Amino acid sequence: MQKKRKLGRGVAVVGAGMSKFGMFKDKDSRDLLVEAYNEMLASLDKGMDPNDIEAIWFGNFSNDFYVKQGHCGPIVADWLGQTPKPVTRTEGACASSTLAFRDGVFAVASGFYDVVLVGGVEEMSKVTTEIATEGLALALDRPYEGMVGFTFPGVFAATANAYMHKYKGSTPDHLKMVSIKSHENAPFNPKAQFPYSVRDMMNRRIERAKKKGQPIPTWKDEWDYLHDLSANPMVAWPLQVMDCCPISDGASFVLLAAEEIAKNFTDTPIHVIGIGQGSGRPLHTKDDLTYFEANRNAAKEAYGLAGIEPKDVQFSEVHDCFSIAEIIHMEDLGFFKPGEGYKAVEQGLTKRGGPMPINTSGGLKSKGHPVGATGTAQMVEVFKQLRGEAGGRQIPNKNLRIGGSHNLGGTGGTCTFCIFERR
Amino acid sequence: MEERPFSVISFNQFLNEEKLMGSRCKKCEVLYTPPRPICLKCFGEEMEWVELKGKGKLATFTSINVGPPWMVEQGYDRTHPYCSAVVDLDEGTRIDTRLEGVDASKPETIKIGMPLTVEFLHRGEGENMQTTLAFKPA
Repeated sequence: MQKKRKLGRGVAVVGAGMSKFGMFKDKDSRDLLVEAYNEMLASLDKGMDPNDIEAIWFGNFSNDFYVKQGHCGPIVADWLGQTPKPVTRTEGACASSTLAFRDGVFAVASGFYDVVLVGGVEEMSKVTTEIATEGLALALDRPYEGMVGFTFPGVFAATANAYMHKYKGSTPDHLKMVSIKSHENAPFNPKAQFPYSVRDMMNRRIERAKKKGQPIPTWKDEWDYLHDLSANPMVAWPLQVMDCCPISDGASFVLLAAEEIAKNFTDTPIHVIGIGQGSGRPLHTKDDLTYFEANRNAAKEAYGLAGIEPKDVQFSEVHDCFSIAEIIHMEDLGFFKPGEGYKAVEQGLTKRGGPMPINTSGGLKSKGHPVGATGTAQMVEVFKQLRGEAGGRQIPNKNLRIGGSHNLGGTGGTCTFCIFERR
Repeated sequence: MEERPFSVISFNQFLNEEKLMGSRCKKCEVLYTPPRPICLKCFGEEMEWVELKGKGKLATFTSINVGPPWMVEQGYDRTHPYCSAVVDLDEGTRIDTRLEGVDASKPETIKIGMPLTVEFLHRGEGENMQTTLAFKPA
């Protein structure tokens, strides 16, 4: 029998900020982390003396590969004026910064530190799509999955095909509904890489064709646009470009404080009530190709610590690196039963005004996915929603109290789920 | 051959010899493909080599348009996709593989569950030989 786990003392998120996400020729990782840090500072209602920070945990997947800069921890400390305080880099592929967050929470909960800065960065756009794809594929099981040609989109595409084979009603159109839904939230997120609805994106392409004197596309609606393989090319069947998150640069930070001093920073701290993590297997050792074992372990740990059930979570950010992933995560986290996630999307249950809003930030698909920054950027969204500060994308529920952030690394090798509460 | 370690390198050497090999725990008899040195069920480390028949069914697959550099080198690109797959072997285990003998540009014609048989894709010769595991319709 597993013992009941608990945090040594309560930990709260007292500030949270992120840079604009996008593909930036004129900004590097250091610029982005300063931008995110300043946003985090601005979110602290009562401000902060930078001397209060005692240690940093920082997630980065592979700037080593993308911009040939390894060992980014001390650079972060130096750039923020925190040297010689300890800084630890964490790596869990696309879940890198949630691992930083988790370690930071443990450090504060243990009583060792009172105030810890956690965050992440990734700078991916300085290389070609092919090289970026190769960089992401570093997180596959290279000798087995990689050498037979699997890519990140490839593994999720194979997962989508297994899912659609098992759950006969699900189709590639359900995947497109996920992207359409996420993009509906994006215009209200000023940090989003693509702050446009799918219809906006279609209209922008028509305008561009007009301006350039090119043949004007004759799409009737966004569905017509999404089905057009010349506008929305296949990446790995059945996943098209608009099923895949973009290549992005960005950074994010959250500030953690022991609950007993949280009010020194803000009157509205957001309490960390659940933390879960799990590990997963490569394709050939998975028992079932239609879910992620690591997700289910992360969910079990997080709900166990929080002492709540899936129905108590009112909204969540989930790791929609690919459209199919959002559907499966919602099932693994218990928001919907296995095989019913696609129906929930079809019924609009996961829209911002629906009973279970998912990815109000626009998700990775439209907000962008600088992999090392994503985990703590998801927490920026949960922080804003719970404090009623999400502007035009605020969930229309006056009693918003509990939200989740789910992060996946690799092809499900590292998954995390964190639960936050406003008291 | 029984002397070889239960490793990635051994698995690839066997592919060069056109053998698809797995390991079986001597204590609890669980079979693993690819081979592994520690049993997931009993943590035992007494393994033996098993040669697989190379027959199975398609568990899942995809047709990939944007591949890694080693696939691009082999001539695959956005207009010439290739298929990667997972196969359920007759012996009850799974393996990741290339899928050959199908039309990767018409993935809707490829059916999960279809029977497959093993094929070994060699590149280079002698010490430079590299072999990729593939399956094709039986």
